[in-house]
Amino acid sequence: MLTLLGVLVVVLGFALRFNPLLVVIAAAMTSGLAAGLSPIEVLTVFGKAFRTNRYVSVAWLVLPAVGVLERAGLKEQARTTILRLKAASAGRILVAYLALRQLSAALGLTQAAGHAQTVRPLLAPMAEAAAEARAVGALSDNSRERVRAMSAATDNVGLFFGEDIFLAIGSILLIVGFLDQSGLTVEPLALSVWAIPSALAAFVVHGARLLLFDRGLVKDEVGE
Amino acid sequence: MIGLTFVYPLAGLVFGAFAVLSAFDRENPKRLGNAVFWGLFAVCFLVGDRLGDLGNGVLALALALIAGTGQLGVGKPRTTTSEERERLARVHGAKLFLPALVIPVMVLVGALTLKRLSVHGAPLVDPKQATLVALVLASLAATLLAKILFRQPASAPLQEGRRLMDLVGWAALLPQMLAALGAVFAVAGVGKTIGDLVAHVTPVDSRLAAVTAYCLGMAVFTMMMGNAFAAFPVLTAGVALPLVIGRFHGDPAVVCAIGMLSGFCGTLLTPLAANFNLVPAALLQLKDRYAVIRAQAPTAAVMLIVNVVLMNTLAFRR
Repeated sequence: MLTLLGVLVVVLGFALRFNPLLVVIAAAMTSGLAAGLSPIEVLTVFGKAFRTNRYVSVAWLVLPAVGVLERAGLKEQARTTILRLKAASAGRILVAYLALRQLSAALGLTQAAGHAQTVRPLLAPMAEAAAEARAVGALSDNSRERVRAMSAATDNVGLFFGEDIFLAIGSILLIVGFLDQSGLTVEPLALSVWAIPSALAAFVVHGARLLLFDRGLVKDEVGE
Repeated sequence: MIGLTFVYPLAGLVFGAFAVLSAFDRENPKRLGNAVFWGLFAVCFLVGDRLGDLGNGVLALALALIAGTGQLGVGKPRTTTSEERERLARVHGAKLFLPALVIPVMVLVGALTLKRLSVHGAPLVDPKQATLVALVLASLAATLLAKILFRQPASAPLQEGRRLMDLVGWAALLPQMLAALGAVFAVAGVGKTIGDLVAHVTPVDSRLAAVTAYCLGMAVFTMMMGNAFAAFPVLTAGVALPLVIGRFHGDPAVVCAIGMLSGFCGTLLTPLAANFNLVPAALLQLKDRYAVIRAQAPTAAVMLIVNVVLMNTLAFRR
């Protein structure tokens, strides 16, 4: 039971907004010590996993490409393109992106889009430009933040409720392997088929929120 | 064979370059902190395999201490002003989208073809790392294409990369750190303890209650571990197999597929899923670290209820 103190450290540390890297180390120490490991042993287990999980950070290699494109005016071009579309609104752009992200993730293309390569240089500037064009007067900082945050949120929702439709995604393989160990045989196809109802529901729920989001933004500006 | 042995040294060199460029950045009063931080991270990629497990643990601790004591600043490499960018955008026009599209197209083509390439019967690319290698190759190609098409200076890729890297700052390491925390939690048996707790409080005589406990448990446990993959085996063994599938004869495929997606609702709600929730807040320069979580929370909450209803109607059709 005492090992759960590590989880408590995480919850409190994040809630009180300590530096998350320190919170992580403190939580590892707490749970490790509670489980009877020495501090050196905890650091050893932690270090081993830190090394084997380096591939998680390799995705940052996309930043130089994004940076060079920003330097050459990509964000500005994304804005201009959107401003030419009279029917564009932040919500509608995000709904279109949600559909694209869900479909591409369902085909296994989880890495094709993401926060560094699509949301920051393309999606967020586009949504922001559309919101600005529709707002009465200047877009408030608060609304700007909300549009950006909703852009990132839409990428996440699209990814999570799309990827499980792909047969060879990690989570499907994990389920198949786990059930196999428990003596149950389930075909990957059966699992991916049963991810579809939730995926459709997610599109309806988040899509509806995005269209309402537009109204909220407009009202926000009129009210100011 | 092209695999991690190609990707890691390359990543090490790029992070190392960020460190060197940071050291000479007079605009950043904390340049030394940045230089040491990215330098140590580069060490982890360049010689991490020779440092031993404890060595890597000490390295991670040092990185956390540098970031946690506020030694990281934001570098200001010389870049174009927003007026210059407006002008450049007019000059280059839609061509600017081309390198941005190279990334997804090359990832798609790479993921499909790299596994099949072979030289003298040996695979050219490690099949397990095909997507990662494709992403790295796509990034290199897009950088090169952008540099040539838009006549960017030779220093631009690394300086611009550093500009964005500094915006992300410590959050860049958080996903890897949290993965390591997951390993310590696993050794300490945290998951099993929570699984036992949930199994203990789950009512055994109502089907809807068991389904609700499983879906809710997946979401809550995922929030605490930051990862639905860690929650799935524990809660499925503790609640789904004995109750939802065993006692009430739910279809395992439906139960597990929707159970996993319930876990994903938890992923949308937790700062521990750093690469999805905290990293974008840093990349988009949001004032509130948790703004992305706030934006997606209503969707996550509704989808959790939807998942309970779907599992309760679809898993028991016979």
